[in-house]
Amino acid sequence: MSIEKLEFLEQSKTFWNPNKTQFWQDVGVDLVIDRREGYCLYDMDGKRLIDVHLNGGTYNLGHRNAELIEVLNAGAKRFDMGNHHFPALARTALAEALAKCTPDGLQYTIYGAGGAEAVELAIKSARHATQKRKIVSIIKAYHGHSGLAVKTGDERFSKTFLSEDTVGEFIQVPFNDLEAIEKALKGKDVAAIIMETIPATYGFPMPHEGYLPAVKSLCERYDALYIADEVQTGLMRTGELWGITKYGVTPDIMVIGKGITGGMYPISCCVVNERAGQWLKQDGFAHMSTAGGAELGCIVALKVLEITQRPEVASMVAYISDFIRAGLDDIQALYPDFFTGIRQNGVIMGLEFNDPEGAKPVMRHLYEHGVWAIFSTLDPSVLQFKPGILMTQSLSEDLLARVEVAIGLAAKEVMGSGRRGKM
Amino acid sequence: MDQAIANLVDISASPAAMHAAADMVLERARWASQVFQRYDRDTTLAIADAVAKAAHDNAAKYGDWAVKETGFGVADHKTLKNQLTAKPLVDYYRDRDFVNPRFDAEKNIIEVPKPAGVVFALAPSTNPISTIYFKVLCALMTRNAIVISPHPAARECSVDAVNTLIKAAEDAGAPEAVIQVIEHPTLALIDEFMGSEKTNVILATGGSAMVRAAYSSSNPAIGVGPGNAPVFVEASADLKQAAAMIVESKSFDNSVLCTNESVLITLAEISQALLRELGRNKCHICKPDEVELLRRYLFHDRGFNVEALGRDATWIAEQAGFKVQRNTKILLTPIDKIGVGEVLSREKLCPVLGYYVATSVTQAITQARALLRYTGAGHSAAIHSNDNQTIMDYAAGVEVYRVIVNAPCSQGAAGFATNLAPTFTIGTGYFGRSSVGENVGPQHLVNWTRIAWNSQASGNINDFQTARLNHRGKLPKAPADGVPGQSRVRREVSDNSPRTPARTDPELREEIRRIIAEELRSALKD
Repeated sequence: MSIEKLEFLEQSKTFWNPNKTQFWQDVGVDLVIDRREGYCLYDMDGKRLIDVHLNGGTYNLGHRNAELIEVLNAGAKRFDMGNHHFPALARTALAEALAKCTPDGLQYTIYGAGGAEAVELAIKSARHATQKRKIVSIIKAYHGHSGLAVKTGDERFSKTFLSEDTVGEFIQVPFNDLEAIEKALKGKDVAAIIMETIPATYGFPMPHEGYLPAVKSLCERYDALYIADEVQTGLMRTGELWGITKYGVTPDIMVIGKGITGGMYPISCCVVNERAGQWLKQDGFAHMSTAGGAELGCIVALKVLEITQRPEVASMVAYISDFIRAGLDDIQALYPDFFTGIRQNGVIMGLEFNDPEGAKPVMRHLYEHGVWAIFSTLDPSVLQFKPGILMTQSLSEDLLARVEVAIGLAAKEVMGSGRRGKM
Repeated sequence: MDQAIANLVDISASPAAMHAAADMVLERARWASQVFQRYDRDTTLAIADAVAKAAHDNAAKYGDWAVKETGFGVADHKTLKNQLTAKPLVDYYRDRDFVNPRFDAEKNIIEVPKPAGVVFALAPSTNPISTIYFKVLCALMTRNAIVISPHPAARECSVDAVNTLIKAAEDAGAPEAVIQVIEHPTLALIDEFMGSEKTNVILATGGSAMVRAAYSSSNPAIGVGPGNAPVFVEASADLKQAAAMIVESKSFDNSVLCTNESVLITLAEISQALLRELGRNKCHICKPDEVELLRRYLFHDRGFNVEALGRDATWIAEQAGFKVQRNTKILLTPIDKIGVGEVLSREKLCPVLGYYVATSVTQAITQARALLRYTGAGHSAAIHSNDNQTIMDYAAGVEVYRVIVNAPCSQGAAGFATNLAPTFTIGTGYFGRSSVGENVGPQHLVNWTRIAWNSQASGNINDFQTARLNHRGKLPKAPADGVPGQSRVRREVSDNSPRTPARTDPELREEIRRIIAEELRSALKD
């Protein structure tokens, strides 16, 4: 590590976040991201990393996508964030574009600045529409860190701030368990179920066949709204524009964030149907957000939607997911005792390892070999593996070669040190 | 969407967007080519055959369409050219194996084929469909991906034709996007394609500017120069046959093939007889004032008048300002010099043929060389003669890479009336500032990895012939877990599902009963 980096890390601890800064040093990832381009990150010491973390799909179209830079620059010559009180050209244009490309019935877009704010909006809209308070989510869910959103998730993030639900308004049920959902809904006092189509922070456990449509019908039966959190599964990552439609569900509310602005100018979107959007007709000033739907972000998002829906992109995603899967299958065959499974839908992948913390050594060895992928916070046996939707053939091959070496080393470390009996 | 916003978001003319547009097409092509290289020979040939069949079946449709859209050429002749570049092209190369290794037992060398990868191909307006057929089939026979850039003047028929070939290829099992077409080519966009490091080789057929741009792109290119073929009718020739063939060739598709004869050179002693034969074949021999009219009409300061390109003889005469008989096939323009100072000794992609009378065989060869020095070096020449030494002297003298003997040059040099390789890309070699001097074919889209043993080694590579290339074929489809019919991991339907209870233990049955009872109670309460 360079002197400059050492000095910088000290500053980071002094002024930014001492514990987080130290955590990464402790797990052997001394990354300070400096330059970034396409699907590569460059550490401040110059080391290149292929990014398959993509910060949860934010960099779906690559870091600093040249077309997004172009459109942001063009937008900055005319717009700034805008004034959220007034009808606005860019906000309406994006809302119209979203109404066109989201599932049937989704009509209005309510804007936030980040994913959590869009989740707040979804919950508030559902509560207003149904005049009920309860919100159902899954155990180990993650929908962000703000007031309502954090209550839908694991207590790991709410308890620290004494922000967990204490009045029984937030109910959590196991994923893929329809009976539990029905039990939670049958009192007909639930405003909405909120679900990530494939729960990311939980390591992308895949919905069982028929599970999500069954949840939707239970919602209809017990008069609850279905909120699809598409932050990580939207924007072509499953090979279709929205993951939820690939599973055959038409939600009442859809939450979109991260990748919608390609990491260039953050906004988030909560797209609602007529029923969920009632308050917009009754009291449009009920929720406000100065940075929500910042117009520069809207301009970028329009370009993101245009790029993402180009006909070539779907076939790129198919090639990338087929090719990487074939390579991972070959790697799995080399280390079957350690690398035990692959969860996949499109370029959303979770790699399962035969150790409760197995993804951590894999992450470290990947980092040493020039790949950045992160373990799943709420299930560290699974590595989140998220290639971009415009990944090139040669970078994909480069990636697989590095993954094979890193998994081999991690397997030796974990399985060879007698920890196997622990399972 | 508000127009102001639409305009703001539309950055399509920016370099970033231009680059991205080319990059996405080329990256898809790269994926397709990498998968295509996993295919074995039988599958590859089956795909080529299927595409050749589709090309043949649609030859007339696109022949007509090309003439309607461009105004160049003759529909029937275009149809014939399209047919010739479909099935016969694949048949010509059927026995050339571009997929499996070659063994040279004497030298202990094995050669393994490695396709170029991504071929970027320009198609001209004069022979749009046949060039597309040709390039696509060459790419498919060698397991390359190809991106076609149609000529803007023939855009619609070209795009439609490529889409027909794409469908045939994909129906036959080719990887998706192994053939692509640029639907709206612009110069800036074509520059992006040509300069991209994702383009492995450029197949440039078209105007000189485009060909030079291809060679300047920094990428490997096979570009071909313009033609300007001399045809020498020598005293020993069968004049009747020669005249018939020259008129046939020169009027074929109204001379849009770059292999067409440009200037007929003959000798004083047979000139009158030859003119008589030409006349019998519906060749109009222009008077000096008509020659002058044609000179002015066909050539501007900027060069050849494209309005005349591929038009028929009577139309051209009329435009130039004189009348000829309705059934006239070609216009013959006597000239007394060749080279600078006589524009009629330039390439003429229309049925106008220069006519030069030489005093000797030596002078005829000298004038043929002069013609090619003017333009058309490296391309084609023809001779009608029955004197072997004269044929040899002529062929040795002219700076071209194909000399067609006693055959129509248009078709002959392109491999359709001779046993030369059939092609729509005529290599003009070093004379013509090109990298290839022969008729371009699929072999130019493959390099070979040579495996060479120690020359002192005993033993023979025949022992090695048991080793095979591993052609794994298509990539298996990745699963979409949880999507009905697309999961790979078999998961049971949630065993807690109240609708499909899989578990039947008493505890669960009791639980279900309880749920149903509660449900009923609450329903009754409502």
